[in-house]
Amino acid sequence: MKVLVAVKRVIDYNVKVRVKPDNTGVDLANVKMAMNPFCEIAVEEAVRLKEKGVASEIVVVSIGPKACQEQIRTALALGADRGIHIETDEEVQSLEAAKLLKSVVEKEEPKLVILGKQSIDSDNNQTGQMLAALTGMGQGTFASEVVVDGENVNVTREVDGGLMTVALKLPAVITTDLRLNEPRYASLPNIMKAKKKPLDNMSPADLGVELAPRLSTLKVEAPASRQAGVKVADVAELVDKLKNEAKVI
Amino acid sequence: MSILVIAEHDNSELKQATLNVVAAAKAIGGDIDVLVAGENCGAVGEAAAKADGVSKVLVADNAVYGHFLGENLGELVAEVGNSYSHILAAAGTVGKDFMPRVAALLDVAQVSDIMRVESEDTFVRPIYAGNAIATVKSTDSIKVITVRPTAFDPVAEEGGSATVEALDIVKDAGLSQFVSEELAKSDRPDLASAGIVVSGGRGMQNGENFKMLEQVADLLGAAVGASRAAVDAGFVPNDMQVGQTGKIVAPQLYIAVGISGAIQHLAGMSDSKVIAAINKDEEAPIFQVADYGLVADLFEAVPQLEEELKKVL
Repeated sequence: MKVLVAVKRVIDYNVKVRVKPDNTGVDLANVKMAMNPFCEIAVEEAVRLKEKGVASEIVVVSIGPKACQEQIRTALALGADRGIHIETDEEVQSLEAAKLLKSVVEKEEPKLVILGKQSIDSDNNQTGQMLAALTGMGQGTFASEVVVDGENVNVTREVDGGLMTVALKLPAVITTDLRLNEPRYASLPNIMKAKKKPLDNMSPADLGVELAPRLSTLKVEAPASRQAGVKVADVAELVDKLKNEAKVI
Repeated sequence: MSILVIAEHDNSELKQATLNVVAAAKAIGGDIDVLVAGENCGAVGEAAAKADGVSKVLVADNAVYGHFLGENLGELVAEVGNSYSHILAAAGTVGKDFMPRVAALLDVAQVSDIMRVESEDTFVRPIYAGNAIATVKSTDSIKVITVRPTAFDPVAEEGGSATVEALDIVKDAGLSQFVSEELAKSDRPDLASAGIVVSGGRGMQNGENFKMLEQVADLLGAAVGASRAAVDAGFVPNDMQVGQTGKIVAPQLYIAVGISGAIQHLAGMSDSKVIAAINKDEEAPIFQVADYGLVADLFEAVPQLEEELKKVL
């Protein structure tokens, strides 16, 4: 069975985010970029399915500027078989990403599409669900366990209050949560091998999708910062302050 | 303008988050209808009809909605919501699951996790784990929006007298089936809406030690939370996680015990009214956001806290 994994290039999660002084966005100049952590988990899950003999081929796709090829190569080094780069320098919003991925799904006909539940830049948590709706597939969002069983996949989901397991007909879309797996690191020989794996390049126009953003960002600001309060000497003073000064207990 | 709010509930009770979302709808302005989709959820419909500011409650009561499967809810809400200017739901795991499907089926964008309403088409939302705050304008004719419940004060539970209408629309996408569910059972208040939260971090050292926090929480009528470090270490289950990738909380009082205060965690609790922190490392970043900081060994401080609270409560 073929598995399609979508990955996004985002600011590295260890980098301290700084808002631009003109409030037009976040400063990404000379900032370390990396694969979105939830997408790493998606790649890892696909590779594990292949190691179990469930998946036969892993295709990894990324949308964005030329530099996204770094993240596709990373996925190839981790075990994906080939890459598709949908190249654009324009801003791509969730609905457009879902439409682009839908075209790829129609061409590639994967049995399973795995994405991260959200990217750590825009924090939308939308693309997987939108792709599932547009392709008429079921969705296992916020997955913490994935078990393929014949023509179905059972997905255990992290929901408010606990866990919920659903059975989805294949083909299906899965979005990963943090505890699905712990991604491996790519070995040097695999990084070298990944350079020779096939990587197709196409444009949104090649896929028949016109980019037409519906949302415009008017401004981006730094969050209001909290002021550090006071240090108390002991527990008795803490309880006194909470009761008599803050009046919250 | 007309706004459709999708109720969050468990088929027997209306969740408070719905009242927060109605408050967000009021901030947009216009007629507010509430859709209750579930199975044997009549009581939820009655409760929604009493909420302040609601004009009409639509109840879609059918087994296909019993487990809130995103595929079925998506089709239902896209059909019912088609005649509204705004469709709103709480940004919990149910809303996050089905709302993007609604948006895609209607061919509109979704605005996720809004914290503030600027106008009928402009909303404020966190990006980069709350390290930046974006003001976003939507040009779509129908605005599909998920709302961060803690960012809006709930409307009154009583006082409204909306009409209740049964909806005979059954959407079974036939793509997914409910298999099982493991929900944590607790007599403590729900973490996301509790007035006081007591959270533990990696400093707790193991799950057994969380009992100390539970005893303090029970004295205060508080919920118990945890940092991602504590969850990843396996001390407590993941549904207790407070932070950008877990629950977003904004209680009256947040007590952080043995939590260093990683950005990820702060993003989930820094809107709390009062923050108290106990940590033995005086350089811990949690002290930069805490109103009251106590530098102490938690294994001494927490039992003392329990004793002191018993004296004053």
